[in-house]
Amino acid sequence: MEFAELIKTPRADNVVLHCPFHLAVEGTLCLTGHHLIFSSRRQDNAEELWLLHSNIDSIEKRFVGSLGTIIIKCKDLRIIQLDIPGMEECLNIASSIEALSTLDSVTLMYPFFYRPMFEVLEDGWSSFLLEQEFELLSSVTNEWRLSCVNKEFSVCPSYPPAVIVPKSIDDEALRKVALFRHGGRFPVLSYYHKKNGMAMLRSSQPLTGTNGRRCKEDEKLINATLRSGRRGFVIDTRPLAVAQQARAKGGGFEQEVHYPQWRRIHKYIERFNILQESFIKLVEACNDQSHNMDRWLSKLEASNWLTHIKELLTAACLAAQCIDRESASVLVHGSEGTDSTLQVTSLAQIILDPRCRTIRGFEALVVREWLQAGHPFQQRCAQSAYSNSKQKWEAPVFLLFLECVWQIHRQFPCSFEFNEQFLIVLFEHAYASQFGTFLGNNENERAKLKLPQKTMSLWSWVNRPEELSRFQNPLYEANSLVIWPSVAPQSLQLWEGVFLRWNRPSKFLEEAEVERINIIKYNKELQAKVNALRRQLAEMEADEEGREEP
Amino acid sequence: MEHIRMPKVENVRLLDRLSSRRAVVGTLYLTATHVIFVENGSETRKETWVLHSQISSIEKQATTATGCPLLIRCKNFQVIQLVIPQERDCHDVYISLIRLARPVKYEELYCFSFNPKLDKEEREQGWKLVDLNEEYNRMGVPNSYWQISDVNRDYGVCDSYPTEVYVPKSATAHIIVGSSKFRSRRRFPALSYYCKGNNASICRSSQPLSGFSARCLEDEQMLQAIRKANPGSDFIYVVDTRPKLNAMANRAAGKGYENEDNYSNIKFQFIGIENIHVMRNSLQKMLEVCELKSPSMSDFLWGLENSGWLKHIKAIMDAGIFIAKVLIEKDWVSFGHKFNHRYGNLDGDPKEISPVIDQFIECVWQLMEQFPCAFEFNERFLIHIQHHIYSCQFGNFLCNSQKERRELKIKERTYSLWAHLWKNRADYLNPLYRSDHSQTQGTLHPQIAPCNFLYKFWSGMYNRFEKGLHPRQSVTDYLMAVKEETQQLEEELEALQERLANLQKSQSGNNKVKNKQQDRSKQFGLYTSNNSLANTPQEYSNDLKSFPSRSPSQGDEDSALILTQDNLKSSDPDLSANSDQESGVEDLSCRSPSGGGCLPSEDSGKDSDEAVFLAG
Repeated sequence: MEFAELIKTPRADNVVLHCPFHLAVEGTLCLTGHHLIFSSRRQDNAEELWLLHSNIDSIEKRFVGSLGTIIIKCKDLRIIQLDIPGMEECLNIASSIEALSTLDSVTLMYPFFYRPMFEVLEDGWSSFLLEQEFELLSSVTNEWRLSCVNKEFSVCPSYPPAVIVPKSIDDEALRKVALFRHGGRFPVLSYYHKKNGMAMLRSSQPLTGTNGRRCKEDEKLINATLRSGRRGFVIDTRPLAVAQQARAKGGGFEQEVHYPQWRRIHKYIERFNILQESFIKLVEACNDQSHNMDRWLSKLEASNWLTHIKELLTAACLAAQCIDRESASVLVHGSEGTDSTLQVTSLAQIILDPRCRTIRGFEALVVREWLQAGHPFQQRCAQSAYSNSKQKWEAPVFLLFLECVWQIHRQFPCSFEFNEQFLIVLFEHAYASQFGTFLGNNENERAKLKLPQKTMSLWSWVNRPEELSRFQNPLYEANSLVIWPSVAPQSLQLWEGVFLRWNRPSKFLEEAEVERINIIKYNKELQAKVNALRRQLAEMEADEEGREEP
Repeated sequence: MEHIRMPKVENVRLLDRLSSRRAVVGTLYLTATHVIFVENGSETRKETWVLHSQISSIEKQATTATGCPLLIRCKNFQVIQLVIPQERDCHDVYISLIRLARPVKYEELYCFSFNPKLDKEEREQGWKLVDLNEEYNRMGVPNSYWQISDVNRDYGVCDSYPTEVYVPKSATAHIIVGSSKFRSRRRFPALSYYCKGNNASICRSSQPLSGFSARCLEDEQMLQAIRKANPGSDFIYVVDTRPKLNAMANRAAGKGYENEDNYSNIKFQFIGIENIHVMRNSLQKMLEVCELKSPSMSDFLWGLENSGWLKHIKAIMDAGIFIAKVLIEKDWVSFGHKFNHRYGNLDGDPKEISPVIDQFIECVWQLMEQFPCAFEFNERFLIHIQHHIYSCQFGNFLCNSQKERRELKIKERTYSLWAHLWKNRADYLNPLYRSDHSQTQGTLHPQIAPCNFLYKFWSGMYNRFEKGLHPRQSVTDYLMAVKEETQQLEEELEALQERLANLQKSQSGNNKVKNKQQDRSKQFGLYTSNNSLANTPQEYSNDLKSFPSRSPSQGDEDSALILTQDNLKSSDPDLSANSDQESGVEDLSCRSPSGGGCLPSEDSGKDSDEAVFLAG
């Protein structure tokens, strides 16, 4: 398909751009196959706005006489307004944007066309391989093995080709267990707690059905992670009633009779469609400038967003607590094991594992627990909070995870190597990106799309030293301990960096960040100077000693 | 002492507000000034001290099987829940505290017995730290428009005003006295703030006794005089901080508001700040929300909304912003610029039991959140001031007027809080503050109107004693520590450069300046001392309790954790006494030795010096 067919008016002059907290600017609007480009005509202060079509969530048009206005709402929650003279031009542009921002085929997306302007120092597609992860694990324990039973994606379509499982369980048993778990997602290792050798596993729900089907291999698999005489915890992310209802549809939960060494704890993490509604309500409240304080607070409450944050953090803390404080192994699952399960396992690792709080470690976590673990990014992030179209599979599952990380970050501002900006960038790229990292719903689809060959990885770009410096937290001091966040309502705040990003003045907060960076930078510079001088002095004094002593 | 029926009760349990599992047993002592709870057994023997003057309410609850619960709520938002085994003991403690918390005479207040061991001169210095006249001089008055009037000497006109009052030059004693008779409690219009740049001013007064139709020529002349004192403007704004309805209702009681028809060139503006009764209720409701045991997010937000507290805060901010805008260049920054200017003024306000001062402090905090670089002081400064407004440990906030304070000889008999805060000023600095930063220049322009979301719940204040709810690492303390280290580095750099210059000059080599490195090890302590915060899991699930997955041998694992040494700064014993000393995790704010801020290992100061030295 030629994009040109979709672009009837590629360029319009005398367009006025309105953004909140900025003066209106006049300039030229250009449409290309993947971008909307606005550049102000003023030579002295050339302003350019590049917007990916895939970042556009919804578009509205209005007319006053022959002056058309297009309001563009983006997936990163930004809202801009373009005043376009000429009704025909405006209509053409609006319909082009609509068509270009809702392309059906993945292979038409920008990542397949994007050519990087930077030299690739390290190919991000091979930066985080499970084999490396397994090597690290092998250096501390030999109780696990790397299984390639899913090499052809035939055992579990949403799993990666390689997974880590207990050593004593062979591939044949894994195949049997896969038949007993929803979508073939048999229990695999998510995290190994070096401190006490406890493991966190994740899976989907067992297919017990109404007649209490059992699977000996499944029991054997998860029991293999227990120390003799010890018990483990199953954290089911559904309330008991929901888990019970699931039996009617062939799903179910681990029953005590068959899993006597495991204790089940039911937590309540909302399903994806409820989360999407909540997301839409919250963004609506944040953009509603008309209401008073009471209405703001009641809308914030009614969105339930912070409730989801609290529930999710609580479940993650519980999983971490079971592992670290109760010294018990943990199995986490909900229904499909691709959403709430991953939220819990990845957040628990943020709490438990200092490595996940470094930039590199966090990237590895996102790759391992989200991309390779088969979170359906393409479905979940197809639309953001402004979409008018009827939602199908959209949900801010990943955004919720990022926000929970931010909440922990806020409580431990010196324990993370990355800053808030890093989390925001991941949010943006999950919804619209020039990189192929978040395309597809699982490794199987990514392999079919040949993403590693045909697109650039986000990590190839992020891990360049120039970019990395933007994401570093100046206050970071490696903290090797488990960090227990508070989940009390008083301790949780709205993530302003995302939800109020475009409708609050940020100048003063940015100035504060610059100030923080400068304080640390100056300290480090002095440190370097002092050390250099010390060295120089020491050498001079040594020379002199040498000269004095014959 | 005669009020203490029960000086000591043993086997009292102190409950944790956040976690029912964490209760400690100890001994309760009542002294003339404090309630003290001392934990039994544990090595630290943690102590909780509460000043009687901080107590706002005491509640004796129904006796249960475990004892008789006693709930003590404090004005600094601390809530203490005790369970006393014997009902009779509990009753005695209750009766004693009721009496102790409500002193009848000023002399019973703690500030009259508090002795920080300063000599007379130091005490006088402390009181001189804030001088109102100097403050007005800074603003640029007296000048050709404003002068000091002695009309109130001996408090003859208004007993709640100070003796020296700034008024327009054209306001004669006759006008002032006349105007005062037309004002509630005779609080005539007097200068509060003068803006040098454009001659604009803020005056304050009480409501006029206008009733439905009364007027007063002198009062009208007084406002006229104020208008004339700013030649650049041909009208003045009269801002009534009440909701219009309240002001109108007051007319029936012979009070009211200025009638625009009677005063020439005034513009009248109501700003709906509710009265202290509404505010007190609102605060009360919000504190109830803070006290909820493991509330859901909805409970919390719903309660917060329902209390209306943030709405009131925003209303006050809006009023301040309105006035500031009118003035164009109102110097908000200087409110905090030198520590105490604004608070000095507050001396004149009645110390009524109302959250007016709490609200002012919170408004400053809300501004700090929006302008992180604009204030020289930090959040701790505000919290400690709030604490001491009620502690009665210092004489500053006593009495209702300058007159009463003089009669009581406050300055001779008590100490000044400002001196105390000044002494510990390093604790109260905002590391982001630079006097040459753009945010410290001129006016702050806070966001108004639709940005409701900029006003946030201040857990640092209202849940001050629930340390578990706060961020576990303090950016402020961290940056202050870095800045302190930076300063030492600057000094060292200078010394090293000097040494290098000497060495190059003399080349004789014998003048080895002692390396200053030794102090370094002490510095690391700095990072740990500020806020070593205990960090243990909360109650994330009730299910865990009943499931004994842990065998006895497992206990060893916990001891692998490094126990925390709580070194909270003790510049204020009352403030730090209640710090949470849970065992658990080692200090998190500590900058690790491998961190970039410390000595790089490849070149670790003295050691490597010696190594090179020996090699030579």
